[in-house]
Amino acid sequence: MSHEVNMHGQSEVITTHEVHHDEHHGHHHKETFITKYIFSQDHKMIAKQFLVTGIIWAIIGGLFSVLFRLQLGFPNETFPFLETILGKWAEGGKLNPEFYYALTTMHGTVLVFFVLTAGLSGTFSNFLIPLQVGARDMASPFMNMLSFWFFFAASIIMIASLFVQTGPASGGWTSYPPLSALGDASEGSKIGMDLWLIAMALFVVNSLLGSLNYISTILNMRTKGMSMTRVPLTIWALLFTAVLGVLSFPVLLSGFILLLFDRHAGTSFYLSDIFLASTQKALPNEGGSAILYQHLFWFLGHPEVYIIILPTMGLVSDVMSANARKPIFGYMAMVGSMFAIAVLAFLVWAHHMFVTGLNPFLGAFFVLLTLLIAVPSAIKVFNWLTTLWKGNLRFTPGMLFSIGFVSLFISGGLTGIFLGNSTLDIHLHDTYFVIAHFHIVMGVSAFFGMFAGLYHWFPKMFGRFMNNTLAYIHFWITLVGAYLIFWPMHYQGLAGVPRRYLDFSGWASFNQFDGLNRFISIVTIIVFAVQLLFVFNFFYSMFKGRRVRTQNPWGATSLEWTTPINPGHGNWEGEIPEVHRWAYDYGKDGREFIPQTEPVGANETPEGKH
Amino acid sequence: MSTLLIIAILLLGFIVVFQIAKASEYVSVLKGEKKTFEQNNRINGFLLLAFLILGLIGVYWCNEMFKGKILGEAASDHGEKIDNMLYITIAITGIVFIITQILLFWFSFKYQYNEKRKAFYYPHNNKLEALWTAVPAIALTVLVGFGLYYWFKITGDAPKEANVIEITGKQFGWIYRYPGKDKVFGKKYYKNIDEGNLNQLGLLWDDKAAQDDIVTNEAMYMVVGKPVKLVINSRDVVHDVGLVHFRMKMDAVPGTPTTMWFTPKYTTAQMKEKTGNPDFEYEISCDQMCGKGHYSMKGIVKVVEPAEYLLWLAKQKPNYVMSNPEPAVAPAVPAADSTATAAVEATKSLSN
Repeated sequence: MSHEVNMHGQSEVITTHEVHHDEHHGHHHKETFITKYIFSQDHKMIAKQFLVTGIIWAIIGGLFSVLFRLQLGFPNETFPFLETILGKWAEGGKLNPEFYYALTTMHGTVLVFFVLTAGLSGTFSNFLIPLQVGARDMASPFMNMLSFWFFFAASIIMIASLFVQTGPASGGWTSYPPLSALGDASEGSKIGMDLWLIAMALFVVNSLLGSLNYISTILNMRTKGMSMTRVPLTIWALLFTAVLGVLSFPVLLSGFILLLFDRHAGTSFYLSDIFLASTQKALPNEGGSAILYQHLFWFLGHPEVYIIILPTMGLVSDVMSANARKPIFGYMAMVGSMFAIAVLAFLVWAHHMFVTGLNPFLGAFFVLLTLLIAVPSAIKVFNWLTTLWKGNLRFTPGMLFSIGFVSLFISGGLTGIFLGNSTLDIHLHDTYFVIAHFHIVMGVSAFFGMFAGLYHWFPKMFGRFMNNTLAYIHFWITLVGAYLIFWPMHYQGLAGVPRRYLDFSGWASFNQFDGLNRFISIVTIIVFAVQLLFVFNFFYSMFKGRRVRTQNPWGATSLEWTTPINPGHGNWEGEIPEVHRWAYDYGKDGREFIPQTEPVGANETPEGKH
Repeated sequence: MSTLLIIAILLLGFIVVFQIAKASEYVSVLKGEKKTFEQNNRINGFLLLAFLILGLIGVYWCNEMFKGKILGEAASDHGEKIDNMLYITIAITGIVFIITQILLFWFSFKYQYNEKRKAFYYPHNNKLEALWTAVPAIALTVLVGFGLYYWFKITGDAPKEANVIEITGKQFGWIYRYPGKDKVFGKKYYKNIDEGNLNQLGLLWDDKAAQDDIVTNEAMYMVVGKPVKLVINSRDVVHDVGLVHFRMKMDAVPGTPTTMWFTPKYTTAQMKEKTGNPDFEYEISCDQMCGKGHYSMKGIVKVVEPAEYLLWLAKQKPNYVMSNPEPAVAPAVPAADSTATAAVEATKSLSN
């Protein structure tokens, strides 16, 4: 770890964008363990903190799905070990229905927010933005640190909610009131729901602090020559993601606060005409609208899925281009389509609510706008395909996951055309078709994009490589497994099998899939085990992996590969390099690649011509 | 014991895989990085092609296997429209799916690394991009057009002659109400609900129209071939009336009634024959998370011939009679009293 000698002191970094000279880089600023690894203000360390927290959450969230898949796949069997672990939640080795719903709720919340929002954006925005735009750190390293610690506090409270006597929130990750508002309607709506709401509120703060930082860094701190049309697509993707987050998360927070008021202050924002069978009492609340919450929720909830998928689109574009040894096809179209997706993201939320009694005329506009999103999505897919065309493809693990991403994005995107069409949504709403759709298009795809990014930038993060053989095993089992798990669910959905049912034995209409459910559960367990293999590979390689010996192991053009192998706080020794071209000059004029820092030669083909 | 064994086997598997992976790294050092890279690239290129072919075969096989298990013919007129829309969408998206997946994996295989090939510098082409903006836009216009055409047909006003039935969800079951002879639903107020007194909807007995209303938890009866309009309510949390055979679905929201209508095409008896299942019933499933009993919140729809419907209706006692067992003349006073208080409460809470 010889690089530590060159590490910047903290106080220097506050004045980051000023020019640094080599002589400043002594070791007169001692970093303690605490300032380096815990309350760090180095964007790279914060990124790793998000990443490791995200990995821990992903294991927990994944484990939840394994537990409830046991129930779905083997509804008539008992698993005594469950009682050993879970106690009263699995008496006699069978999941208690309330706990089954708690598991599905937490699985959704954890993976959507804690893993695929914080774990993904938190990791890659923090890590890549300063490195790729040429900045020494974020606009506000302190705010960046706060962002992580709010996330950490949210995590602690969410974890704590698992251990309260009445159990964690169990009304689904969407937590629709009145179910989520009334403790008498469900055990999970007691203290567990309060903890859920508080954790989510802290989470929103984390997201806002982070996003504001990402936006200001991208807009203000690009190095000389790095115009917005020269930044890698990852940066554009992360910018749009941050803007979406800033505009939509506050709306979610307002929805949550009104819900807290309804729960504890006797207000009736969401409550009206309620008589509870469990207490045989009518509630005093009148005049509220349960649907109002759904509007507030989905006004974030829909942009949220783009908050998840946009960063991975950026990562995949860059990884794919670098490994196809060929520029990304249609850079401006890629930016334009991401912009279109970001704008449309705000105009489609009610397609989650076609069957809530929404005015059909209003519904028609949401159908139109929803299906419009397919156009920019199609542009992106065809541009990726053309990027592969006539390339010279290196199947690094990052590249394989990028190809897998595109395959899954196509499959999941096409089923979105079914669900966005209100006519079909009447039949398919809240069935397994929806489960299959969103797991493929934003769950597994986003994971693939994230894996692509992790395998690709791991050498930059830790100065070591991950084990390739394990990576290939990870990729192939995950790809095949993802299709085996989710493809058949479309058929269940077409048959109208409702989601959030833990036992179909009482239903003549839905009990024809027992064998299939068992099959899916077994594959889920295998795929989960392989993810643990990835986690092992990750941590093992961090300490024992093959060392990176060259500055630019992938032969990539972007700025992060001009930093030392183990960059210190401040990223570049000496001056920040100047940029002279876009990030995609691969295979130009017969050269393998031309780094962004290289001035345009006199005889070179002009930019954008071929 | 078996749990321990499974864990032991898993751990062993992990260790074996890890050792192989570790060894392969040493081998690659011995063989030279370039050679290992080329070999890995060839293997993965081949696997990508194999995945495409096996995947497409798998998709076909999956279709064959599940063809009979996904729902048969739609049992309502609206269901037919939805099925038509489904076939149009499957056709269009199916073509796109097959073409794009083939291109993706074929390109990956064909253009895998080759020492001799130089990647083609091809940053953009406006014509191509315009093409794949326009083609999806046209395809989607078709889908939106059909979709909205059917959507407005399905969600349009119910015909005047439609039978109106009220269905109310509660944790965890369904309550059905028929308007009785006067064809008008009586007034109700949720604070008047009194399950002990068999008034599960809180009907106001001083409203004449309420006195002949029929309330039942048994099943929802409807006449074959006659449009039926459902007025959907909830007594506690959000539920959803899911009628899978009719392909219909609508949320039940407390405080905000919703509606849907359709025309059942086959009686329950006919469906028994059609499906070859003597126990066939039209089931109502709750399709919106409503608590721990959500998965068991089932109702039954009986679609019958008109004569059978009349016979069934004639046998039903109005809720008023069940809730007020005294002779018909006497109860008017206490009933009026209780509703009076309810009404006062109602005005109070309104003025609040």
